[in-house]
Amino acid sequence: MSNQQKHWEKTRGLLFITLAIWFVFSIGIFLFGAEMNEVTGPFGYPWTYWFTCQGSLGAFVILIFWFANRQEKIDEEFGFSEREDE
Amino acid sequence: MKGNFIDNLPKVYGIYTGGFIGFIIIMAIAEQMGMTAKAIGIAFVAFTVFIYALIGWLSRTAQADAYYVAGRQVPTVFNGMATAADWMSGASFVAMAGGIYFKGYGYMALLVGWTGGYVLVASLLAPYLRKFGCYTVPDFIGTRYGGNLARFSAVVVLTVASFTYVTAQINATGTIASVALDIPFQYAVYVGLISILLCSMLGGMRGVTWTQVAQYIVLIIAYLLPVFWISNKMGAGFFPHFMLADEVARIGELEQQFGFVKNAAADLKSVPKGLAGITKAHSAVNATPWAFISLALAMMMGTASLPHVMMRYFTTPSVKAARKSVGWSLFFIFLLYSSAPMLATLSKLSLIDPNLPTGIIGKTFAEVEAIDWYQNWNQANLMFISDFNGNGTLELNEFFMGGKAVVLATPEIAGLPYVISGLVAAGGMAAAMSTADGLILAIANAISHDVYYKIIDPKAETAKRLLVARVLLVVIGFAGATIAAMEIQGILGSVIWAFDFAMSGLFFPLVLGVWWKRANRQGAIAGMLGGLAAGAWYLVWVRTGGSGFLGITQLTFGIFGSAVSLVLMVVVSLMTAEPDKATQKMVDDVRVPSGKSILGRSH
Repeated sequence: MSNQQKHWEKTRGLLFITLAIWFVFSIGIFLFGAEMNEVTGPFGYPWTYWFTCQGSLGAFVILIFWFANRQEKIDEEFGFSEREDE
Repeated sequence: MKGNFIDNLPKVYGIYTGGFIGFIIIMAIAEQMGMTAKAIGIAFVAFTVFIYALIGWLSRTAQADAYYVAGRQVPTVFNGMATAADWMSGASFVAMAGGIYFKGYGYMALLVGWTGGYVLVASLLAPYLRKFGCYTVPDFIGTRYGGNLARFSAVVVLTVASFTYVTAQINATGTIASVALDIPFQYAVYVGLISILLCSMLGGMRGVTWTQVAQYIVLIIAYLLPVFWISNKMGAGFFPHFMLADEVARIGELEQQFGFVKNAAADLKSVPKGLAGITKAHSAVNATPWAFISLALAMMMGTASLPHVMMRYFTTPSVKAARKSVGWSLFFIFLLYSSAPMLATLSKLSLIDPNLPTGIIGKTFAEVEAIDWYQNWNQANLMFISDFNGNGTLELNEFFMGGKAVVLATPEIAGLPYVISGLVAAGGMAAAMSTADGLILAIANAISHDVYYKIIDPKAETAKRLLVARVLLVVIGFAGATIAAMEIQGILGSVIWAFDFAMSGLFFPLVLGVWWKRANRQGAIAGMLGGLAAGAWYLVWVRTGGSGFLGITQLTFGIFGSAVSLVLMVVVSLMTAEPDKATQKMVDDVRVPSGKSILGRSH
């Protein structure tokens, strides 16, 4: 397998992990919205309510930065990161 | 000057922010010295619009890559701010808190949908489209799939989605200009339009980038300052985001106590159009999982298909910067979105809690009608009360308000000085203007670059191309304003439709263009046109009394459209020949960040 194929395989792996986490925070937890809202969560808000206001939103911000860093590592590993002068 | 300017950005915008805060303080002092509310409103809107116009003029350019992609040198964090302003429209600023206020949990799907989409943007599309080096989104479609028909189909989808969106934004600038400047809406729409064009006409993407950063600073101050101030004034907590649990619980208690009384249809007829009552629980889960998830999903996939957002990531210096920039965009959006439910909570509690001095539920009609702010907003057709049961006191089900009033009127209701209302008006104007600029530019650039230059006259010189682009900008702006002046649909509704149109036609052709090498021209064309047609058909069908299926409503018709698009694209691609070697090599090149971009620096 060529260098480029290996790079793409790892990139695709990272995509699946990223999308899985995204799925949990954007869809997964809202499947159980009614049940989870009965429980008191962070700062005293009901859990589901807190996720819609802050929790999921904050998770997305962190997820994107995490993803960007991981992808940069993968690019460096296979020598595909950009040179500064490009 | 150019390199210098980029290095000096933090300083330039630091001074600008300081200057703006200074201006707010001067206005506050002027108010104490007797400046009228009307004069303050005019000063806020006129001053900020003047600054944007000045930035637009300073950013004028005669180069194609500066006009189309701001010279690809916008630093990560600043591009994040510009994207946040580009993204947060009149709908986010003025209408979203109102939607949450009236519909509760069901509409909070918008918060999740309008943020979660950025994960898709960052992981599926933005870095790859940046590597491609295109000027516009149809530029990518046209080059990846090849052929004028594919390019043209992308322009059609882009135009339908963005135009639906832009009329709503021009409508919002018109609403704010008409309130702040006290002129009729029909004229105010054109005042708004001219302000929008001042930012974008001379400098194209470069002008829009630097005005959007300035507009973000204004809108975020204008949104956060009142939320914090009201929270402190009510004694709800000095940092509302972490401290409103008691208030949320209290609203739930009051809802129990008052109950949600259903009004008779005959009574509701007397309520002015566009106003709504509080009929849904504030923090309880009041929607089925599918209703919530389908709306969130439609907004997320729509986010990843809207060209005016995607093209912001064409302006970063590198692929790496494009990825990080998506993160910064969402961070800056998060600051406002996480505050919207807090504003809705504070606003609702201050009106319905009889224990608070601002509460009106339980008061007599004579008392409420004597309140200054009630008279003002009633006159503006944004508030209405009516004694349906004839007992003389105001009940929860007898109070009606326009969605816009939650953001625009709450500072006044909470007893904040008028300077804050002026600031909020300037913030709303900034939000609507920045989005309208991005959208008009996306449409005009697609038509001038993809239709005029790539299809009609490939030999056109730069000067002529940019002239065509600017003429189109004005024509599209005026067309949008003319339709906005007719006031066909509300702000929030048409924005949601725009997302559905975009995802119906563009989501899968864009994503599969990078992630599925086998996708070919025939498949992409079928996907774009078939998806758009299916989505549009479903919308018309449901609007004309159709029952719909699978719980897909007129707000989520993109789910149906994009499903049709996916099936068509896969089936047609597999039935026709696979893309040629050159195209497959191109996809391979797009997938690695290093090396030359696919399209030349100037093309």
